[in-house]
Amino acid sequence: MLSACGGATQPVTANNGGAAGNGQALQINGAGATFPNPIYSKWFAEYNKLHPEIRINYQSIGSGGGIQQLTNRTVFFGATDGPMNDEQLKAAPGPILHFPTVLGAVVPVYNIPGVTDELKFTGPVLADIYLGKIKKWNDPVLAKLNPGAKLPATDVTVVHRSDGSGTTYIFVDFLSKVSPDFKSQVGVNTSVKWPAGVGGKGNEGVAGLVTQTPGSIGYVELIYALQNKIAFGSVQNTAGEFVKASDDAVTKAADAAAATIPPDFRVSITNAPGAGAYPISSFTWILLYENPTDKASGKAIVDFMQWALTDGQKYCADLGYAPLPANVVMLEQAALGKIKVS
Amino acid sequence: MKARRTPPARKVLSALFVAACGLAVIAALIPLAFVLFFVISQGVQSLNLDFFLNNPRPVGEVGGGMANAIVGTLILTGLAAALAVPIGILSGVYLSEYRGSRFASTVRFAADTLNGVPSIVIGVFAYAVVVLPLGHFSTLAGGFALGIMMIPIIARTTEELLLLVPNALREGALALGATRARAVFSVIVPAALPGIITGVVLALARIAGETAPLLFTSFNNGFFSTSLTQPISSITVQVFTYAISPYEDWHRQAWAGALVLVTIVLLCSMAARIAAARVARIRGQ
Amino acid sequence: MRSPDLGFRLGIGVFAAALVAIVAGIGATLANDSWLSLQRFGLNFWRTSNWDPVAGEFGALPFIWGTLYSSVLALLIATPVALGIAVFISELCPHWLRAPLIFLTELLAAIPSIVYGLWGIFVLVPVVRAVELTMPESLRTLPLFSGPPFGVGMLAAALILAIMVVPFTSAVAREVLKTVPMTQREAAYALGATRFEAIRAAMFSARTGIIGAVMLGFGRALGETMAVTMVIGNNPQVALSLFAPQYTMAAVIANEFTEAANALYMSALIEIGLVLFVITLLVNLMSRGLIWSMARQVPARAAA
Repeated sequence: MLSACGGATQPVTANNGGAAGNGQALQINGAGATFPNPIYSKWFAEYNKLHPEIRINYQSIGSGGGIQQLTNRTVFFGATDGPMNDEQLKAAPGPILHFPTVLGAVVPVYNIPGVTDELKFTGPVLADIYLGKIKKWNDPVLAKLNPGAKLPATDVTVVHRSDGSGTTYIFVDFLSKVSPDFKSQVGVNTSVKWPAGVGGKGNEGVAGLVTQTPGSIGYVELIYALQNKIAFGSVQNTAGEFVKASDDAVTKAADAAAATIPPDFRVSITNAPGAGAYPISSFTWILLYENPTDKASGKAIVDFMQWALTDGQKYCADLGYAPLPANVVMLEQAALGKIKVS
Repeated sequence: MKARRTPPARKVLSALFVAACGLAVIAALIPLAFVLFFVISQGVQSLNLDFFLNNPRPVGEVGGGMANAIVGTLILTGLAAALAVPIGILSGVYLSEYRGSRFASTVRFAADTLNGVPSIVIGVFAYAVVVLPLGHFSTLAGGFALGIMMIPIIARTTEELLLLVPNALREGALALGATRARAVFSVIVPAALPGIITGVVLALARIAGETAPLLFTSFNNGFFSTSLTQPISSITVQVFTYAISPYEDWHRQAWAGALVLVTIVLLCSMAARIAAARVARIRGQ
Repeated sequence: MRSPDLGFRLGIGVFAAALVAIVAGIGATLANDSWLSLQRFGLNFWRTSNWDPVAGEFGALPFIWGTLYSSVLALLIATPVALGIAVFISELCPHWLRAPLIFLTELLAAIPSIVYGLWGIFVLVPVVRAVELTMPESLRTLPLFSGPPFGVGMLAAALILAIMVVPFTSAVAREVLKTVPMTQREAAYALGATRFEAIRAAMFSARTGIIGAVMLGFGRALGETMAVTMVIGNNPQVALSLFAPQYTMAAVIANEFTEAANALYMSALIEIGLVLFVITLLVNLMSRGLIWSMARQVPARAAA
């Protein structure tokens, strides 16, 4: 990004990003998930420093928005943490490919006056909170899991997403796996009918609401909890351990799936088996048309992806994401060849 | 007949009523004071050179500013004016010159309708008419949406001002053999011009503060851009994005953006008012 | 007509026609693009309250409920205040105070909606939350005040809308009161009326116009988007409680438009836009009709 006075800018050519050749500025527009927004915005800024003529403008409007705008071709690439389902893929004007970029974790954030400890949650307990069955913070189920914490008798204010969200997808995917009630009542999708609570727009909106609403609980990508210093709890995994989200725990969750990842890279790694694995982890994907209409932008994006999959991964740790497993990177680099850039 | 004194009950009721009206004024002024107080106190802290000269930094990093957004708002309002001023003023001329005709009634009805259309609906219209055919979000789409909103304001203001021009001027011009066009453009419109310009400035101030129609037309852009066919940032959309985020630094910048918006509006209103008063003084007494 | 004049009329007429074409275009586009949804759901769209687009369920009742509820509440709060201001400025206040007060009320109208929204999130919502938290238990059991203390919700939205509506209603009411001839009030005073009684008489004769002013405010509240969406909680439910997060037609379009993932979803949202367009159109028409009819009556009465 340009951090100095406008004098250092290169003028953008007045067209929709279809400039040819080096040195001529190219603007590529993308939109989608808020989950990876912190690292994407870092990537696009760093990439722009390396290649000042390439400006990738990303708007985090939610995975649902990313899929829709990509299908409408009002943006060049999309981003989502809930992979497109077959129906959505069929509705698109051309074949779309998924490319995992990083691994992330969805954490349960909370704001309980007087409670500074780290709370423990199990999957079924989180499901019940979001189903509206656990209404107060001093509910015996929560108290049993957290004997040391002084849980007050405050109402639990549930915060969820108001927009179509891959983060929601990851969260409800996990909850549906651990709670049959949740699966039947709410189900899995980027947008669900929440039985209770208040909606925030984007990861930003949920984090904002939780920080401002005492007694609230929400679900956000790990970096949003870290950057805003919101308390988040540990979640019990399949091995029975209570794991707090970290790059390490997320990487362990991906290990099992990485070996058998399908060729289109659409896979869920929530509730992953294995010791030390964080149960609410997920890949996040960038969506690209196999046959882009603008070849110059297509080439530029493929080059960017190659950078992101290799050099870009070193920015993960600082921002709370986990880098992709090596074999997945290799498979993706091969898959990038499928994109027709000439 | 001996005059009776008003019974105390009625006097008390009247006094209470007067007090209630006074309270109503205070009730309205309190939120105004509150809003202005917060906008100014919170915004001023964050208004520094950084804010005006820099573009936004990556998500979560402290610093950066709204240079691209400020320029974006200027470009968008400029585009809107380019669309709205010709259509608005000339429609206003038609409405005043051909007042009684049926078409004029239709135009007037259309202008009043357009004035009342919620801004989000205008955004939907602009999306369907500009964004979809063009294939992507763009400054043009945003300017189009804002321009549509300005047209009825300018048209009605122009009509009212032209009607205020004394008939003697028109009759004089026509008596001297001027065509209608000549009479209107060389005599009548110039006579009303200060007021018309004031109207345009006020309309500009109003749409500079609009957010909803830009949400899915000009969209947003993290980079500094002046391209008409690319998405562009704007102060209003940026303030919205920052306000609903969890980052303290972004909240700070949102207040600063709000302060800039309120200042623009205030300056335009005052300028318009001073201009109008000056014209009234030159003309009236 | 001389031909240059005809040329002039046609030339200008083109621009005026553009205005009409734009309005017609808006109506036509909305109707056309919502056809899919209108055909599929018919009236049931507005009777069911399950809004679950991803599952293909589109019940839009919560949105019209939220829009009407918030606007009516806003009117209830704003009308007395607006009329009080109008009366104060036009009838009661000392001459030197008039211009500054008018300026201040216009300032209220000029503040952009997004600024109100920003102020709403950081100032109003915490205040409302504090009010909700300190409300006595006995009141909390009433359906009107039930629910967890989010802060965001119907009450916050109604308050912000009220603040935004006041200057509109007040300005028009002021204009309307001005058209009641001074002679009427003088006559009232001559008969021994108190200030209240004289003003009451003036307001009574201006009643059509005043109702028009109130309706104008209503129309304004119906279409407001940004300030409302930032403080209303964005939850598509039909709820009576002032503390419950709810949703309005304008807010749902603003939040969900960019992610309408299929033609039916988009069409449903546009249908909501169409209905919003029609409702505000009707309200504004009625309001203008009332104000205009009052303007017509007055000269007749003055002559009588």
